[in-house]
Amino acid sequence: MKIYINSIETMGLVDGPGIRYVVFMQGCPLRCIYCHNPETWKLNDYNKAYEVDKLIEDILKYKNYFKNNGGVTFSGGEPLFQKEALLEALKLCKKHNIHTCIDTAGSIRGFEEILNYTDLVLLDIKGIGKMYKNITGQDDKIFLEFINYCKKINKDIWLRDVIVPGINDNKKHIIELVNFVKNYDNIKKVELLPYHTLGVSKYKKLHINYKLENTKSMDVNKCKAMEEQLNKLLECKSVKEKKNN
Amino acid sequence: MKEWENFKGNKWREEINVEDFITNNYKEYTGDESFLVGSTEKTKRLNKKYQELIKLEIEKGVLDIDVDTFSGIDNYNPGYLIKEDEVIVGLQTDKPLKRICNPYGGMRMVLNSLKAYGYVINQNIYDRFIEYRKTHNDGVFDAYTRDIKKARHNGLITGLPDAYGRGRIIGDYRRIALYGIDRLIKEKENDFNKYEDIINDDSIRLREEISEQIKALNLIKKMASKYGFDISNPASNAKEAVQWLYFGYLAAIKENNGAAMSLGRTSTFLDIYIERDLEMGKINETDAQELIDQFILKLRMARHLRTPEYNELFAGDPTWVTESLAGMLDENKSLVTKNSFRYLHTLYNLGSSPEPNLTVLWSEKLPIKFKKYCSKVSIDTDAIQYESDDLMRPIYGHDYGIACCVSAMKIGKQMQFFGARCNLAKALLYAINGGIDEVKKEKVIDGIDIDKDEYLNYKKVLAEYDRVLEWTAKTYVDAMNIIHYMHDKYAYERGQMALHDTKVEHLMAFGVAGLSVVADSLSAIKYAKVKPLRDENGITYDFIIEGDYPKYGNDDNKVDTIAVELLKNFYNKLCKHKLYKQAKHTLSVLTITSNVVYGKKTGATPDGRKAGEPFAPGANPMHGRDISGALASLNSVAKLPYKDCCEDGISNTFSIVPNALGHNKEEQIENLVNIIDGYFLQGAHHLNVNVLNREMLIDAMNNPGKYPTLTIRVSGYAVLFDKLSKAHQQEVISRTFHERI
Repeated sequence: MKIYINSIETMGLVDGPGIRYVVFMQGCPLRCIYCHNPETWKLNDYNKAYEVDKLIEDILKYKNYFKNNGGVTFSGGEPLFQKEALLEALKLCKKHNIHTCIDTAGSIRGFEEILNYTDLVLLDIKGIGKMYKNITGQDDKIFLEFINYCKKINKDIWLRDVIVPGINDNKKHIIELVNFVKNYDNIKKVELLPYHTLGVSKYKKLHINYKLENTKSMDVNKCKAMEEQLNKLLECKSVKEKKNN
Repeated sequence: MKEWENFKGNKWREEINVEDFITNNYKEYTGDESFLVGSTEKTKRLNKKYQELIKLEIEKGVLDIDVDTFSGIDNYNPGYLIKEDEVIVGLQTDKPLKRICNPYGGMRMVLNSLKAYGYVINQNIYDRFIEYRKTHNDGVFDAYTRDIKKARHNGLITGLPDAYGRGRIIGDYRRIALYGIDRLIKEKENDFNKYEDIINDDSIRLREEISEQIKALNLIKKMASKYGFDISNPASNAKEAVQWLYFGYLAAIKENNGAAMSLGRTSTFLDIYIERDLEMGKINETDAQELIDQFILKLRMARHLRTPEYNELFAGDPTWVTESLAGMLDENKSLVTKNSFRYLHTLYNLGSSPEPNLTVLWSEKLPIKFKKYCSKVSIDTDAIQYESDDLMRPIYGHDYGIACCVSAMKIGKQMQFFGARCNLAKALLYAINGGIDEVKKEKVIDGIDIDKDEYLNYKKVLAEYDRVLEWTAKTYVDAMNIIHYMHDKYAYERGQMALHDTKVEHLMAFGVAGLSVVADSLSAIKYAKVKPLRDENGITYDFIIEGDYPKYGNDDNKVDTIAVELLKNFYNKLCKHKLYKQAKHTLSVLTITSNVVYGKKTGATPDGRKAGEPFAPGANPMHGRDISGALASLNSVAKLPYKDCCEDGISNTFSIVPNALGHNKEEQIENLVNIIDGYFLQGAHHLNVNVLNREMLIDAMNNPGKYPTLTIRVSGYAVLFDKLSKAHQQEVISRTFHERI
């Protein structure tokens, strides 16, 4: 079976734990306003088509670097966009004892079996409630199904949220997030990713209108401070809850 | 002997055997860095004074030069930085950073250097010298062949040590601390008497060398006595051990100005003395760190007189005081001691610095806390290089050291005949252009067919290239044999060789530049269509590539094998020719920073590189062509054969911005450890780690002096960014940053 790929990063150090081989898969159903990889939206725009077993062969060349915590991350685009190929790839990785992550927005149905072969889900939250649609152009129904299913099977999640100036770089959003996260014991970590403008030039090349034309990059330090604040609040909550129990 | 009180083992008492002493007495340390302390007030004052002098030196080019004396172990009065604060003493001349004139390698180098900085030699000593002495450089040119001169003149073989000191010799400076000078003299006298039966060229030369070595040992003793120390006997405590050892190194850099004057492997040896003193309550940790800080500060003050052109070639003012740290004793036990930590810790206590060139001999099995500390120091200071102990230990045993950047040798048992490198990319153009140099338009090699096809034919190019390489290998060997014959004759390093076994093994180190250019060029010719553009004489000035081709640096065997086969082929060609003193052939893929200069002097190549553009440093892929991420790039380099081929080293520079290493410091430290582990598990040899960000570098380039201690690793060597030329700075910045958006 073929897997359609936009690009490969053999040394991913910021997409999951440890050193990771990151496969940027082609195709995505969402059109997030801040997407920095618009070239991955359409399946037909892929750069490489691999046979799945060839891809695994390539991944195995990097096993020496994975050690105790690294592995492979299927990102995109939206990796669930190529469900069958993804499933086959994940199965083969597990056969070779490689730690697997998927970096997903959880926005496509039919993910249950895939999660059986996924060790960790990097889940993009995009937005809570109305905000979800404002950012992605779709409602959050499938996303909620996805995260609730992960909760049911107790699948580890690292939740990731892009912070955009003027949109969600505020206290209210942090509190919303905290209230959301506390319902999910399986969320092991929350990462706030600062919005950047490095993808903007790609839109011009592709002749796509960019919706955040006038938005500046998110201040990295401010974003870090927000993340710290969030983690503090989460800690307080969990301590309180434990006391109440 | 009271100096050896509490030491264990016997073999090392009976013979000169530092390795056996270390094995019997060192104490492995598997803990973390929490025991380390800051520097003392004395050290701080010395460092401050040194920093002030460096500022002046950078402004002036050199701080001062002694024009009234020629180099020698005992030719200078004692010098001090701040005498009362110095726990470890000894300078090359009577004043800090004052440089030595060494004419033995070549007089022109001395005169040009002096002229460049506005100094004039003392006429009296100059006249006497040229009347009665011949230099290494004179000797070499009395014997060079026509082919060598052509290859040299056209830049096919360059950087040969035929006009300056060859360096890359590591004296076993530890021997002075362990045995004292008198015992070393006695052993040399015994050796001298062994070679009386057969008197022929070899034994005559050896006997003369031993005599010179004995004279040198006496001079070292005399030099030390001027500083108030009698080093006839072994060192009796840690302070003496550091001091005795340093006198040995000091003698080496007073007598020689070799391209690389490396220190060896001293930290674990000295730890034995420090541990003994700590246990006896003679010193505490602050005293121990003070000894090491001050020793390292002295090493940072080593200077040599070179021309500005030389500095341009090597980017900065390098001395390659390489110290090899850690490594394993065997499969299970490491040679990491507390002193391994103390050496690295000087980068915090004294600030970051390119010298001494701290080199960690890495094994997956090193204690994890030490590995993490190394990783932390790399991220903080950017001043460590890593080499695979697991690759070298089976070849060199567990008491080897690195000379210069990547050249391994058994300490005190092997020495190297340094040989710079030949330009493989230029050689490829000779194969296409009928043996004519594409820049100077001179015929260098006869009997090579000039290519007239519209598109280059892979098989044809390869066949001609093979002939060019055959010629190059022979010419290169001839040059090296002449150079080292003459260097031994006219600029013999008697002080350093006195600290070797008398029956020393010789390694002759050949080198190549432009590996990635040639690999990509041949790949382009093989997998795409390459159309040469020729001038009126049929010499190529550019190439047009039609179609895509696999590029070295993407872990693609189609092209990586081309690089591997090329190295094996060239090494085999070198091995066809016998070497001076029965030396063993070795080969390196290492260009230091001279990749910029090599590029400047090489025409456009079939890989699409334009005339004059820099090569990639060392074994690195060409800039921007490694597009599959850093690990693919590392994996490509890891395929190059070390054992039985490139045993003089394969250097690789890896740049990364901290953010790309992980979200926080802890993650960054762990990830870097795993990258190094993984790379060496792939069978790789060497890795420079540059942790920095692009903005910081651009800012540093635009504001010289703003980051005075910013150290950049450039292929096998760390250098102060401000000492790089603008072209080198730009090159560093444009080099692939493995930063993913």
